[in-house]
Amino acid sequence: MISRFRHSVSLCLLGLLCIVALPGHAANTLTVYTYDSFTSEWGPGPVIKTAFEKECDCTLNFVAIDSSAAILNRVQLEGDASKADVVLGLDYNLMALAEDTGLLTESGADLSAVQLPVDWASDIFVPFDYGHFAFVYDTEMLAEPPTSLDELVNAPDDLKIIIQDPRTSTPGLGLMLWVKAVYGDDASDVWKKLQPKILTVTKGWSEAYFSLFLNGEAPMVLSYDTSPGYHMAIDKTEQYQAAAFDEGHYLQIEVAALLKNSPNQELGKSFLQFLISKEAQSALPLTNVMYPSTDIGDALPEEFSKLIKPSKSLLLDTNTVRDERKAWIDEWLNAAN
Amino acid sequence: MPLTSSIGRWWMPGVLALTVLALITVLPLAALVLSATNVAPQDVLTNSHFRRVIWFSFYQALMSACLSVALAIPIAQALSREQRFPGRKLLINLFSLSLVIPTLVAIFGIVAVFGRTGWLNDFIGLFGIKPFSIYGLVGILLAHVFFNLPLATRILLQSLDNIPNEQWRLSTQLRMNASAQFRFIEWPAMRTQLVGVFMLIFTLCFTSFTIVMALGGGPRATTVEVAIYQALRFDFDLDAAVSLAIVQLLFCSALLLLSAFFKHEAPLGFGHRIPDQLFRPVSGYRWLNFLLIAVATLFVIMPLIGLIISAINPSTIKVLLHDNTIKAVFNTLFIALVASCLSVLMGIGLLLSSRHLRIRLGHYRLGQWIQHAGNIILVMPPVVLGTGLFLLLRNVADVFSIALGLAILINSLMALPFVLRILDGPLMQAAEQQDRVIQSLGIIGWSRWRLLDWPLVRKPLGFAMAISATLAAGDLSAIALFGSERAMTLPLLLFQRMGGYRFHEAATTAALLLITCLILFLILQAVVSGTVKRYNHAYA
Repeated sequence: MISRFRHSVSLCLLGLLCIVALPGHAANTLTVYTYDSFTSEWGPGPVIKTAFEKECDCTLNFVAIDSSAAILNRVQLEGDASKADVVLGLDYNLMALAEDTGLLTESGADLSAVQLPVDWASDIFVPFDYGHFAFVYDTEMLAEPPTSLDELVNAPDDLKIIIQDPRTSTPGLGLMLWVKAVYGDDASDVWKKLQPKILTVTKGWSEAYFSLFLNGEAPMVLSYDTSPGYHMAIDKTEQYQAAAFDEGHYLQIEVAALLKNSPNQELGKSFLQFLISKEAQSALPLTNVMYPSTDIGDALPEEFSKLIKPSKSLLLDTNTVRDERKAWIDEWLNAAN
Repeated sequence: MPLTSSIGRWWMPGVLALTVLALITVLPLAALVLSATNVAPQDVLTNSHFRRVIWFSFYQALMSACLSVALAIPIAQALSREQRFPGRKLLINLFSLSLVIPTLVAIFGIVAVFGRTGWLNDFIGLFGIKPFSIYGLVGILLAHVFFNLPLATRILLQSLDNIPNEQWRLSTQLRMNASAQFRFIEWPAMRTQLVGVFMLIFTLCFTSFTIVMALGGGPRATTVEVAIYQALRFDFDLDAAVSLAIVQLLFCSALLLLSAFFKHEAPLGFGHRIPDQLFRPVSGYRWLNFLLIAVATLFVIMPLIGLIISAINPSTIKVLLHDNTIKAVFNTLFIALVASCLSVLMGIGLLLSSRHLRIRLGHYRLGQWIQHAGNIILVMPPVVLGTGLFLLLRNVADVFSIALGLAILINSLMALPFVLRILDGPLMQAAEQQDRVIQSLGIIGWSRWRLLDWPLVRKPLGFAMAISATLAAGDLSAIALFGSERAMTLPLLLFQRMGGYRFHEAATTAALLLITCLILFLILQAVVSGTVKRYNHAYA
């Protein structure tokens, strides 16, 4: 028994060595840093990989990083030595920060097909999908959801909502900016009024949506206007719907960009262009559960036509967000405490 | 003389283990400190917001640890007094699983039972009792106790099961009642483990943050770890992150040092051999024992049942047979086994040296501190560890190609505190009982380990391996640090599926992870622990 134990220990160590010694990258490979769920088996990653590899004669290598904020972290840490050719999945709010690193370069992409609720000005970032933040509600628990942010803020305190923390999550930051865009300097008072209705503030979207909301803990959760599209198309249920708010909804735009130091400039550029081609764009609605950033006509799943149509798309300038975010988070913290 | 030559090398295993530990924890932190331009931990301490955060982290961790340990004592006692009832073994093994469940799945299970629309509220609603809400300190404590009570119970149960039959026989001859037995037999046996278990749980809760946020009810419920995460992930503010990390490190290290002042030497056993059959007299109220066991079982099992129920859905078969799922099971098992071997090797190394220091050289506290060093990894926020290692390695090695190796190493270190807790008692006992035999017989080195230590520690060793393997199997933080295209593990798969709305698939993956861990646990215990009987007779 003892010798068997020793044997297994040495086998394990041997295995470890083998992994450590795995070879590095092959030639003509495009390395794309993205967030985790993008590359998951039912996410957009595999579809886009197959389609792009068919036309590029190269290998597309996705590196999954645990959140979209972590993607930027990673390239900042790696600096000029980064393995990444392309970063994919940065949030519009992080664009100014990303640009400031000086690690990115112009995409050279033809963005004429891009149709966003706002005009697009950046030469560096290619917007590949978008959605609006919205409160998703359970129709079985709440027949008549609030019709405006104001109505939610002034609703009776027994209407409970679950939100995410702006310090740790993109939707959480989105809601903070949404309140700011609508109420400006009064945001702090609004948060104080909202406070008793907030059941809890989670670290990320998954805990809020899966662990709590779908478990029936609260009738409303902060998510996206596109979320019901998934439930209708894949789960075949209309139980979960987004509440349309009169003030308009805050926009989230997901972008990709090319790294300046990438040795595969041409390949990277063609990938960025491919991201807004009809083929790639058509895959996004049901895999990434967001609107494509271009008009894909009939390829948009019919369930998406049943989604709410925000009366107005709210978006604060990315430079303002970069400069004010910390102060606004402190304001939010103080109001909530 | 052969004795001196072996004693001359007593420090080697410990130094080796400490070196690995320092390389993976202290060095990355140092790298971060060097890259930061203005590290000012004092600013953290003077900031009123952070003072509140530190106070809350401390308060909830203290409460969680006190509750977990205080509740574990009667439950372990009940389980030890009731050696025979159907399902006891399975129950004890299930008790080791709660630590493994990824937090966001555990939150799902806890909320399914205790939430506003959970089973318990439905149930008490039948009697017209108003529903209660867990959001706030209650929820945090509930979740932390759910994670840590079973662990504490198992570790304490292990020390109770090590009480020699002779002590119990003597107690019945002396006509001791249940409370006297507790005072003179059970309490001294458990006391040796209490401080260690307490510190372990305290540290785990101090740094917990997904749970604290999800069930805490608002930003008031926040730990230092949240601020560190924010500083590194969203602000890329190395200065703030390092300052906060240093404060957290200092705070927890101070507590660790303090805990070393509580002397908790193992009691001297006499003629101790692990009996084939544990003799436990019938004492106290048996109905109370069974009531305690039943309540604890419900508390631990109900959330797991909530999880299993959600795992059975239209996608179950598709998910179980999916290529990625099967690959992930193999990757998870591989990582778990390698990390477990490394962790146990390092644990034994540290303990052998610290044992020598404590028992033979009389430097009791020094030995204990060395052992407490094994806890450092728990105080290091994963995001600090990852960033530091990156800074350290980016110019030296291709982080991508060694990512899996690093993740395994970090996993093995994360399990080290548990391994130390489990093996400390048995190894100390082995030394105290047998040092004289050894000196007279001149058994040293490997033969000593094989003939004397191994039979005594074999059972706890199996437990330690099982715990460290399942911990590594369930861990997400280490493997997610470096990018994950090489090794898709079950927790990672679960996380990805969850993030992409695939909730049915995620729930099934979570249940599969749980079952994989349970099987791994049972097999490791059976193989390593084996039957103790045969070896016992060899020297009895």
